[in-house]
Amino acid sequence: MLRFLLIRFGRAALTVALVVTFAFIVLRLSGDPALIIMSVDAPPEAIAAFRKAWGLDDPIWLQYLHYFTAIGQGELGQSMRDGRPALQLVLERIPATLALTLPALAMKLGIGIPAGIYAALHRDSLIDRAVMVTAVAGFTVPSFVLGLVLVLVFSVQLGWLPSGGQESWRHAILPVLTLGIGGAAVLARFTRSAMLEVLGQPYIRTASAKGVPWARVVRGHALPNAAIPTVTIVGFMVGSLIAGAVVVESVFSWPGVGRLLVVAVANRDLAVVQCILLLVAVTMVSSNLIVDLLYGVMDPRLRSGAKAGAH
Amino acid sequence: MADITASALPAAAAKPAPRPKRRVPPVVWLGLAWLVLIIAVALAADWIQPYRFTAYDLRNRLSPPFHPLHWLGTDELGRDVLSRLIVSVRISLLVAFGATIISAVLGTVMGFLAAHFRGWVEQIVLMLADFQAAMPFLILALSVLAFFGNGLTLFICLMGLYGWERYARIARGLAISAGAQGYAGAVRQIGASPSRVYLRHILPNIASTLIVSMTLTFPEVILLESGLSFLGLGVQPPMTSLGNMVGYGREYLTRAPWIMLAPAATIVMTTLAVSLVGDWLRDKLDPTLR
Amino acid sequence: MTGPMSPETLLALRDVCRSYSMRRGLLGRPTAVHAVDGVSLTVEKGRTLGLVGESGSGKSTTGRLALGLEPPDRGAVLFKGEPLPKDGTQEWRAMRARMQMIYQDPLGALDRRLPILEQVREPLDVHGIGEAKARDEKALALLQSVGLRADQGSRYPHELSGGQRQRAVIARALATGPDLLVCDEPVSALDVSIQAQVVNLLVDLQEELGLGLLFISHDLKVVRQVSHRVAVMYLGRIVEEGEADLLLHAPAHPYTEALVSASPEPGRRARPRIVLQGDPPNPAARPSGCAFHPRCHAARERCKVETPALLPLPDGRLTACHVAHDQANFLTSPLLKAAS
Repeated sequence: MLRFLLIRFGRAALTVALVVTFAFIVLRLSGDPALIIMSVDAPPEAIAAFRKAWGLDDPIWLQYLHYFTAIGQGELGQSMRDGRPALQLVLERIPATLALTLPALAMKLGIGIPAGIYAALHRDSLIDRAVMVTAVAGFTVPSFVLGLVLVLVFSVQLGWLPSGGQESWRHAILPVLTLGIGGAAVLARFTRSAMLEVLGQPYIRTASAKGVPWARVVRGHALPNAAIPTVTIVGFMVGSLIAGAVVVESVFSWPGVGRLLVVAVANRDLAVVQCILLLVAVTMVSSNLIVDLLYGVMDPRLRSGAKAGAH
Repeated sequence: MADITASALPAAAAKPAPRPKRRVPPVVWLGLAWLVLIIAVALAADWIQPYRFTAYDLRNRLSPPFHPLHWLGTDELGRDVLSRLIVSVRISLLVAFGATIISAVLGTVMGFLAAHFRGWVEQIVLMLADFQAAMPFLILALSVLAFFGNGLTLFICLMGLYGWERYARIARGLAISAGAQGYAGAVRQIGASPSRVYLRHILPNIASTLIVSMTLTFPEVILLESGLSFLGLGVQPPMTSLGNMVGYGREYLTRAPWIMLAPAATIVMTTLAVSLVGDWLRDKLDPTLR
Repeated sequence: MTGPMSPETLLALRDVCRSYSMRRGLLGRPTAVHAVDGVSLTVEKGRTLGLVGESGSGKSTTGRLALGLEPPDRGAVLFKGEPLPKDGTQEWRAMRARMQMIYQDPLGALDRRLPILEQVREPLDVHGIGEAKARDEKALALLQSVGLRADQGSRYPHELSGGQRQRAVIARALATGPDLLVCDEPVSALDVSIQAQVVNLLVDLQEELGLGLLFISHDLKVVRQVSHRVAVMYLGRIVEEGEADLLLHAPAHPYTEALVSASPEPGRRARPRIVLQGDPPNPAARPSGCAFHPRCHAARERCKVETPALLPLPDGRLTACHVAHDQANFLTSPLLKAAS
């Protein structure tokens, strides 16, 4: 078990290190940061001072090392636009993003999982078909189209709900719906196929053939086993709490992390982009780590290293 | 006893004999038809667009669909929505096809390298694949765009990084099993060079699985491209793409929803069509894939 | 090698070892499993060496070592007196034209996306033998030489029967005119009725082409049909080796004896069947002394501690068994001679 934990932590740390490396490579490949960050017509002395401050004249491996240590100490640079620390700028936006993604996550779990289980248990029923059709739609309709259609119906035509901004809880309804509908459909489809796979297993048939009541077979055998693959996708959804609303925030002019990212990319505000990239990496990796640990608790077979050692 | 057999026999006879060849379901036909149409439109875009997609018709600005001169209406500058849609289809498909092919080639090569060299090469490929799978691609793509700026070629290459890890995993797994005790090991034992083993034997054998994976990646790339273009960070004006049109049309949502609805519907139809055809292909070619 | 009449040695394995590292359990240290442990054998031109053993005895690994598909950890593999080139090099690939393998599963060994003729032709393409145009002719002739019809060349592997597929594999192996064939359980995946045909084909081809065969099988019936000499492996070592007739009619090692008794020969009086006791051999947990002692009906105290060496008996065969050697010594001892 200890070995299992160490391997997982090692891999998580490695992924974060890879993201840092990725950011460094992209930063260096993109040209001279001094020229990108300073404007082209900046005085040469200012550029020289900048190069010195950033250590741009050092050998590349030393820069890489400095970069790593700087990031390790939480120095993520300053926003070009208003000169404030990038990290602070990003952290300020997180509550707004969570205000959308947390209710949306609740909606995905609250609708998606029960719908998926129900659809699997009542295969080919009306609900099952509805779930499948919605799931296909949830995959094929991009969130910006869904968002705009919702705006068209509920704001433009019916005038019930505001189309953008962040003044009251009513402003959050459409973005949360946009995020939640697609996700719930995907989750329902996933849960359904996980359940169907488990229900087809011999031990389920054995249990019901032995005369165990069907409800108990489902509760005792099918659900726990179907939960294992479902946890993965839920983990991914948890991991994308911060990064998953980029498009929807833009559609609804919601001042969250995603909106900040889009604006920063458009303005080439590199410090902010890099800060969000790292933040997302850390969130993603930690939720993956938690999922892996949950796996270990739920499925003792994986603990015995079969997964860690297998190719 | 007699009636039981008598009643049981016809029932058994009526049952269809070992699964007859399933015909192509109508939805799949519709999907295929749509794809053919959309590809034809993309190829013939220069000839079939009624107007230059950048041409203004200032007398007919924001005219609704079914206008005698502009079947799908015009936008705020009087540009013909149908013409813009046709050109957008071409650009979006170009990006999606280009990216899917780059990603398939890249991933397959990486998978073959991992299978051939094993050892640390394999570890690096697997590590990169894990990394790619763990990070939301949109965020990675946005960071690259922030640093490098944008151009169509760079944009296609960037989209081509999407999903390579799936091909890499498939190619690696199948190549290893083919080499360990299968035909690839036998051909190698004949004295064939690695390029012969991989290109002439393994590649044709795993092609159907790779193609099925391409039908999974393709609609995702379309969605990714249109999402980025919608945000104004993908295909840049004066070039236009489906996502671009939706992004532009959003400004006129109240006054001229058709500007946004036409490209939006095209995106949805196309991804839906590819998914339907892909699902069907998967059942046909490779039932082991999810 | 010893006289003018002795046949030409094609392949010689000299004290070859091959081990794999295996981790047992999550926290277990990697332990070395000796799949092949000090094996020496020779295959001569036009002759067949049968290699017999249970699964896990290391006989397939020995076959792969003999072909240079795996490098030995220790010892040497010599082909016509020369060591084999390193795996994957240009010379190694060129060497494939002279030594070939026949597989247990012909369907797995054939590419199911290519017609048979193309696959039989492939070695000619790979090694650039003959004019490109003449290769199809040559491949057709090969098909006929293994008893396939010309029209079967355009079929795909799954359209042929198991025996036909194995014939195709044999045709492909023969395309470059090799000197040595390693057959790894070539008929055990086939129907019993087909086995004899394929075995006879191999024997005929050997006679015609003067091939040296290393014939690996767990099935004594088949080995008896093809082999001139037989070597018996147990847990990575050869425990007995000698002329096929001698060894299979009068086994000296108790293990060989048990194998022979399990596979009665038609037309002979069945000897009492010896049923092996104890666990099947596990290469990861090799018993001390003679590895066979836990299952041996004749085992003595000495067998548990002292590993017997593979030494010649008076009749010429090699046996690694304390008991057999003691008996032989007793029979040839001066004491006994004096008494008679």
